[in-house]
Amino acid sequence: MAKDDYDHIDRRGALECMIWAGTGVLWTMVGGVPRSSSLLGISEAKAQAASGFTFLQISDSHIGFKQAANPNALGTLEEAIAKVGALPQKPAFMIHTGDITHLSKAEEFDNADQVIGKAKLETFYVPGEHDIIDENLGKAYLERYAKRTQAKGTGWYSFDKNGVHFVGLVNVANLKAGGLGALGAEQLAWLADDLKGKSASTPIVLFAHIPFWTVSAEWGWGTEDSAQALGLVKRFGSVTVLNGHIHQIMQKVEGTVTFHTARSTAFPQPAPGSAPSPGPMKVPEDKLRSVLGIATVAVKQGTQPLAITDSDLTKV
Amino acid sequence: MSLIYDSLRAFAAGGAACCVLYAATAYSVEARITIDNFSFKRDTITVPVGTTVVWENDDDIPHNVVATDGEFRSSALDTEDKFSFTFNKAGTFDYFCSLHSFMKGQVVVAP
Repeated sequence: MAKDDYDHIDRRGALECMIWAGTGVLWTMVGGVPRSSSLLGISEAKAQAASGFTFLQISDSHIGFKQAANPNALGTLEEAIAKVGALPQKPAFMIHTGDITHLSKAEEFDNADQVIGKAKLETFYVPGEHDIIDENLGKAYLERYAKRTQAKGTGWYSFDKNGVHFVGLVNVANLKAGGLGALGAEQLAWLADDLKGKSASTPIVLFAHIPFWTVSAEWGWGTEDSAQALGLVKRFGSVTVLNGHIHQIMQKVEGTVTFHTARSTAFPQPAPGSAPSPGPMKVPEDKLRSVLGIATVAVKQGTQPLAITDSDLTKV
Repeated sequence: MSLIYDSLRAFAAGGAACCVLYAATAYSVEARITIDNFSFKRDTITVPVGTTVVWENDDDIPHNVVATDGEFRSSALDTEDKFSFTFNKAGTFDYFCSLHSFMKGQVVVAP
């Protein structure tokens, strides 16, 4: 969130900021123009959600992770999925923005599939770097998830739902030494072709594992050729980019493009520059669920407002 | 052939096998690199030809060790996992972690 948004902070603004800091962020795009400065009240956002369709984002479940930051990543994924089941409005489908597993092991994918399947929602995946470290560097992931979506290359694809065009992209494969995440020329050429012929009024949602803007170059939290992908969506009135990887909520608005990262369901990572490395952050046991979570994205038909609500895993 | 036969005999003889293994390792040189806080420590080392470099991951996150020129590649190393590679020729070998590509290291093998 840009600091400028709070230049003229008043009591209401301060309260909204606290809502953001405490439980999640609520905001809207009206007529394809994102308005990050106009945070909605929770009830207002719920009303918006009720009149359109919603989809859900989960990320970074890291099944197989057993270290001190969360010895039971499968358990917290189960809690996240239970939270999905309890939502007042059933989401149309779910996206998972990668790091399904911790080590790309078959049993980790199996356990993740079994728990995520309990949500009984069609689920669209993109891989994180942890999902393609099997012996054959991503074959296990592709065999499991690529067929249904007819994914190309290392796993990219697109689909349309309720007039919104969704594109799942892969920015974790074939990375070069010293670089950030990368999409690569083949994927960018495919994206250009995929968007061809789409009307500029079609809302676009791009989702990939690593953030599309450079959150921290030092920690590799960015995508080196994302500017080329963003160039391809420039003519669209409403573009939303959903990512994971950094295990914390971050958002940024740039012209008609809004960027948002979701929390992990497994463990938190430090804010950039606040720790010597981006390694898993150990928080007190009773605080863990307040830093894990899911995101609900609401799309209202007609005026195409889009609102993202992050919910943590604490029990209400 | 006779060497294999001899080795088998040595195993059959029990304790003799230990001596064979001991002899094999006693003359090799080993260097260790720790992976800690998303960095290779030390990130540049100079070793003589024939050195076996052992990387150990001390982080709570998996890393790997991938030569930039494709000469060697470890599998994903979970916490406390190790990978070793023996450098039998002189040269400069750059490597990185392909999961976190900002993590880089270099092994200089002196003739």
